[in-house]
Amino acid sequence: MSRTRALRRIRWGTIALWVVTILGFAYLFIPLITIAVFSFNDPEGRFNTTWSGFTLDHWKDPFPAGDYTDAFIVSLRVAFVACTIATVLGALIALALARYRILGGTWLNLLLILPLTTPEIVFGASLFTLFFNQGVSRGFWTIVIAHTMFCLSFVALTVKARIRGLDWSLEDAAADLGSPPMRTFFKITFPLIIPGVLAAFLLSLALSIDDYIITSFIAGSVSTFPREIFDSAKVEIPPQVHVLATLIMVVAILILVVGTLVGERRRARLG
Amino acid sequence: MAADTATDDRSLRAGKRIPYVLLIPGMLFTFVFFVVPLITLLKISLSTKPDRLLPNYEFTWEWSNYRAAFDDFGTQLLRSFVYAGIATVICLLIAYPIAYFIAFKAGRWRYVLLGLVMVPFFTSFLLRTIAWQSLLNDSGPVIGLIDRLNATEILDSVGILDNGRLLNTQIAVIGGLTYNFLPFMLLPIYVSLEKVDVRLVDASADLYSPFSRTFRKVIFPLSLPGVFAGTLLTFIPATGDFINAELLGNPNTQVIGSVVQTQFLERNDYPTAAAISFVIMALITAMVLVYAKFLGTEDLA
Repeated sequence: MSRTRALRRIRWGTIALWVVTILGFAYLFIPLITIAVFSFNDPEGRFNTTWSGFTLDHWKDPFPAGDYTDAFIVSLRVAFVACTIATVLGALIALALARYRILGGTWLNLLLILPLTTPEIVFGASLFTLFFNQGVSRGFWTIVIAHTMFCLSFVALTVKARIRGLDWSLEDAAADLGSPPMRTFFKITFPLIIPGVLAAFLLSLALSIDDYIITSFIAGSVSTFPREIFDSAKVEIPPQVHVLATLIMVVAILILVVGTLVGERRRARLG
Repeated sequence: MAADTATDDRSLRAGKRIPYVLLIPGMLFTFVFFVVPLITLLKISLSTKPDRLLPNYEFTWEWSNYRAAFDDFGTQLLRSFVYAGIATVICLLIAYPIAYFIAFKAGRWRYVLLGLVMVPFFTSFLLRTIAWQSLLNDSGPVIGLIDRLNATEILDSVGILDNGRLLNTQIAVIGGLTYNFLPFMLLPIYVSLEKVDVRLVDASADLYSPFSRTFRKVIFPLSLPGVFAGTLLTFIPATGDFINAELLGNPNTQVIGSVVQTQFLERNDYPTAAAISFVIMALITAMVLVYAKFLGTEDLA
């Protein structure tokens, strides 16, 4: 008797769980689908936010000459420069923290976490005051510095988490067999940490390409893609914006899928 | 843990300088472009505003900037914290069941669902918010559905709709915040649920504990680190965010983030803006500490 009641209660709970999960995923994905759908919209006015008809025109030419294309290219350049620097510096920090016992390690950890838990407006405002006080003119390189800063913490922490459980005895084995340190690094350490480093690099690209709030403080007159969208959102939202965003989303999903498949194959081969 | 120490000892033998050489470039960068700017911001928040637009801010312990921050912008400050708080609670209520489903019920679909949760990260934050403009505007599908259900009046009276409108209301702003930060709540909760030892759950059931009790006494306490991390990752950025308020709200939903940006970039009132920034930081830090104490999770941070 009590057992059937328990069963029935569990089943209701399971149904509720399914419902919340399905609705939750719908909530997450309806706006994404909306973006993709509106990249095929043929808007009547300057705002591509109301549906008025299907067209392929915007996809035929995703990069027409104009402010949005320029801004998009600036965003890509910033992201590649900033994330490359951040990934190298961040991976070195991660290696040091995960691999060695460091004096004051707790404080260094805190110093890495803080940039990620500082509200973006405070982060942006503080960099603004620094550049202002030092008389640095704001533009491409100040954006690169800001993006490097928040990606650096992100890369250091994610790589550290990824490589913590690795088997470092391989390095010792190489050293015992007479391999010089540089050779050990490139033959053993580097291949061990590279999947985590690459994943962190790709995620930090996404962070950089998407940042508006911090960038708005230190960009001067240089426009990045998010900045262009936000600053003109009250005047116009052209369909090109939806096309480029859909493009980024598709590329990212492809990378994610290919990465997972490669990772699984690797694991299968090693395991 | 023991293995960790063993490797550490061996590494220490291998060379004492190597780790510091690895650390220095990144840490120097962090010092110059994170610590120094915060100190500069603090100094400016206590400086006197010059009469004209000259960069001669004098550091004079000008505490009145802080009073101005509260007196002139207290409403926006309070509003930001309220919006972020409500959004965080709703995020938790939605994210927890989904994380639970992925961790315990999804079987081999687990990683696919986890990947799907991350997909929103790869689309423009701004455009996701603009998509809500398309969905919520007066001729959009949500209002259309409400009209067809003849529910406009009821929803108007309970305050969900504002004179039949959804876009440019408080509800839209809070809904946007909830939407944008949901994955940040979900992923940490999932990570801690995934680590829950299923044998403990089984043991509890074997001892005739009803599921609700197993959940309360075993599963939920074990997932608290994830709840803690998720709440912070949602609440902190949501408090500073002004994109949702600007794109989905109206002039009466202005939040403190917009104020800081306007004061810096348009009004050129740096001392007040810097003071507001520090008030936000201080309030958030205080709330995080109280919250950590409340959950008893000091050791988790």
